[in-house]
Amino acid sequence: MTLKLVVWRQEGPNDSGRFETYLAKGITGHHSFLEMLDVVNQELIHGGKEPIVFDHDCREGICGTCSMVINGVPHGGQDRTTTCQLHMRNFKDGDTIYLEPWRSKAFPIRKDLMVDRSALDRIIQAGGYISVHAGSPVDANAILIAKKDADYSMDAAECIGCGACVAACPNGSAMLFTSAKVSHFAALPQGQVEAKERVGKMLEAMKDCGFGNCTNHYECQAACPKGIDVKFIAKLNREYLKSVFC
Amino acid sequence: MILDGKSPTGPTEETWDKYRNDMKPVNPTNKRKFKVLVVGTGLAGASAAASLAELGYNVDAFCYQDSPRRAHSIAAQGGINAAKNYPNDADSVWRLFYDTVKGGDFRSREADVWRLAQVSNSIIDQCVAQGIPFARDYAGYLENRSFGGAQVSRTFYARGQTGQQLLLGAYSALSRQIKAGGVRIFPRTEMQDLILADGVAKGITVRNLLTGEISSHVGDAVLLCTGGYVNVYDLSTNAMGSNVSAIWKAYRKGAYLANPCYTQIHPTCIPQSGDYQSKLTLMSESLRNDGRCWVPKKRGDNRPANQIPEEDRDYYLERKYPTFGNLAPRDIASRSAKEQCDDGRGVGPGGRGVYLDCRDAIKRLGEDVMRERYGNLFEMYEQITGEDGYKVPMRIYPAPHYSMGGLWVDYNLMSNIPGLFVLGEANFSVHGANRLGASALMQGLADGYFIIPYTLANYLSGVAPGGLSVDGPEVKASIEDVKLNIQKLLSINGKRTAAEFRRDLHHVMWEDAGMTRSKESLTDAIRKVPSIRKEFWENVNVPGTGTGINQELEKAGRAADFLEFAELLARDALHRDESCGGHFRVEHQTEDGEAIRDDENFTYSAAWEFKGEGKEPELHKEPLKFEKVHLAVRSYK
Repeated sequence: MTLKLVVWRQEGPNDSGRFETYLAKGITGHHSFLEMLDVVNQELIHGGKEPIVFDHDCREGICGTCSMVINGVPHGGQDRTTTCQLHMRNFKDGDTIYLEPWRSKAFPIRKDLMVDRSALDRIIQAGGYISVHAGSPVDANAILIAKKDADYSMDAAECIGCGACVAACPNGSAMLFTSAKVSHFAALPQGQVEAKERVGKMLEAMKDCGFGNCTNHYECQAACPKGIDVKFIAKLNREYLKSVFC
Repeated sequence: MILDGKSPTGPTEETWDKYRNDMKPVNPTNKRKFKVLVVGTGLAGASAAASLAELGYNVDAFCYQDSPRRAHSIAAQGGINAAKNYPNDADSVWRLFYDTVKGGDFRSREADVWRLAQVSNSIIDQCVAQGIPFARDYAGYLENRSFGGAQVSRTFYARGQTGQQLLLGAYSALSRQIKAGGVRIFPRTEMQDLILADGVAKGITVRNLLTGEISSHVGDAVLLCTGGYVNVYDLSTNAMGSNVSAIWKAYRKGAYLANPCYTQIHPTCIPQSGDYQSKLTLMSESLRNDGRCWVPKKRGDNRPANQIPEEDRDYYLERKYPTFGNLAPRDIASRSAKEQCDDGRGVGPGGRGVYLDCRDAIKRLGEDVMRERYGNLFEMYEQITGEDGYKVPMRIYPAPHYSMGGLWVDYNLMSNIPGLFVLGEANFSVHGANRLGASALMQGLADGYFIIPYTLANYLSGVAPGGLSVDGPEVKASIEDVKLNIQKLLSINGKRTAAEFRRDLHHVMWEDAGMTRSKESLTDAIRKVPSIRKEFWENVNVPGTGTGINQELEKAGRAADFLEFAELLARDALHRDESCGGHFRVEHQTEDGEAIRDDENFTYSAAWEFKGEGKEPELHKEPLKFEKVHLAVRSYK
């Protein structure tokens, strides 16, 4: 296949970017999307040009590093698929593909398709943990957890922190991300003691980082490569109200 | 030189308790005077940084990723072992210890393995307290499943994402300490050099991957927690960025590198489909419970799999290993698959694959049951290959997966350089020549949460804090060296990219120093690798500059180190004239392909010392004693 790529190129955070067009030649259906970009980059280097900068690492859909908007949709829009697991058999010979970085005020562009997602770390640092010291906690079976609670908690814990939810949201909200972490802990007995404080601090950090609020567009759920459910945002809201009024 | 691993003496069962009682603590008010540098923030690094900061030390933590949550520990699927004996199937610390020593093919230290087994139970307690959502049964108790190499059910798991959940636990503990000010975190920062002062590790030189700035950090101890080196094969199951550089720089500064030839090859990976390929993806080994491995009997039989009748198929594992069949252990299954392909009977692109056929199981159990058991794996396979494993047999091929070798450390996890500690996959300690499933996560967290807080204290209790000035001559020299190296890479302006050199290296390493090795193939590798290296330094093309983001420069720097390390791996494999675990020398096998160890001559860890550019490294031996588990043949018949 030969494809036309229209790619956002930007030197640095303070430069104005522009779209540039490249041809991806000799691509097969077996190429993953990032392997297709590798091929393009090799050609750019051989032609004396600078390769396209993009973030990636594990290339098996779990580390959450890869991040690009493909034809207007974070991760390219295939259900429950990160960019690294998207394969070129989903495209046709001659297709034009638009490539942009995650779009959000809270994610400044570093270069080309690479953005700064440290705001997500700051939300976790504000309280996305259980404050237990390493050492000698009680036996793991001393506190029982109902299977349905453990499963619910695990459903939320699957979030890989890629930030697609933010990039997909018209408000640039990090509610799905934050709600996944809050719900993960809220379902467990271990997370209860700090629950009130946690939800407040994390929401505060979210606001400070420049993320918007949720107005129920559900774009986040549609873009999430791990299928994190918007029901967790409802849970987050309940946890927040509980922390204020109960 | 005979190396001393400093294992405590006396009955093995008492070694760790006795050691902890004897060690010297650091006064709480003195702890805050010490600075510890932690490189790498995977399971080992994040757990160590969090634990040490909790104790009151000042910690600076570094990782190349944009966030510590993305370290490659996150990709581990299967589970983590512990000797809890919750299922009442007679598990015990002793049994976990025994299985691990035997699984490692008697090439690890007994006392170290004992300690790992002993603290394994605390790891589970710690992780549950952190809120890791392990699988539970309907009564609310923790679930277990069984894994290869053990007769008991001792593996704790969180769906197929155990590594992710454990890493997020360590990351959240780390995040808490970052907020509290105990840890300063440096993401997108890569270690370029180790700084010694009078032979003691006192600092590191790093490159900021966003600005290109080269700077140094000094401290009272350096902890390398930088993972494994199997990306020396270029195509492996590791993340793209996983590299050998940090431990290689330490090796060049005098740290011994032990058993580099021990690498684990995993049999159940999705085969390579072309030269553009960036990695190999692992599928769970559990598929071999219901899948049958076969290849066509005739060479060049390229009929579609479903049109090859029963009598023309060779179920080679069932033929060769009637008792274990398709569940033969990893090393045997891997070698057998490659044998079939080398014999010209492989399937798929380039003949590098064997069929993993679930047809009979689907007939027996129905597609629904199969979907329930392995649905996610079939989906993943279809996403990558575009083939439906329910309709046509899947194709698999072995791939390099995990490093059992690494920097040499003593019982304190300290290398031969005072003040340089090495944790997790980056060290060589507990796995021996082979690693059983669900034991890598255990080691990372054991080292970080439960061992280093004690052994580091023992070291620091004899150290005056603040030993090196950031303006000292050692620091300046290190920064100069690093800048010079980067300048050299940028100035070559050759014709070939770093990725192309990595691919050349892959071919040599996989063919000559991969699953099977021989004196001839290894001698060949030792001859070929330097010529690739030579061409690299004359003809590599690194575009851009040293300032700002330059991903090609990062790749070239890592490739340069792999090109040196590869030769040491081959050298170690050549010297070890026996077969054991992940190291299989064709000269040493039984008639039916079992590995033959040579305990009389090789019951030692091989630690290599750098003697200078272009010079042969020097081999040091650490003899291994087996007092509790008696040396015996690993048999799977």
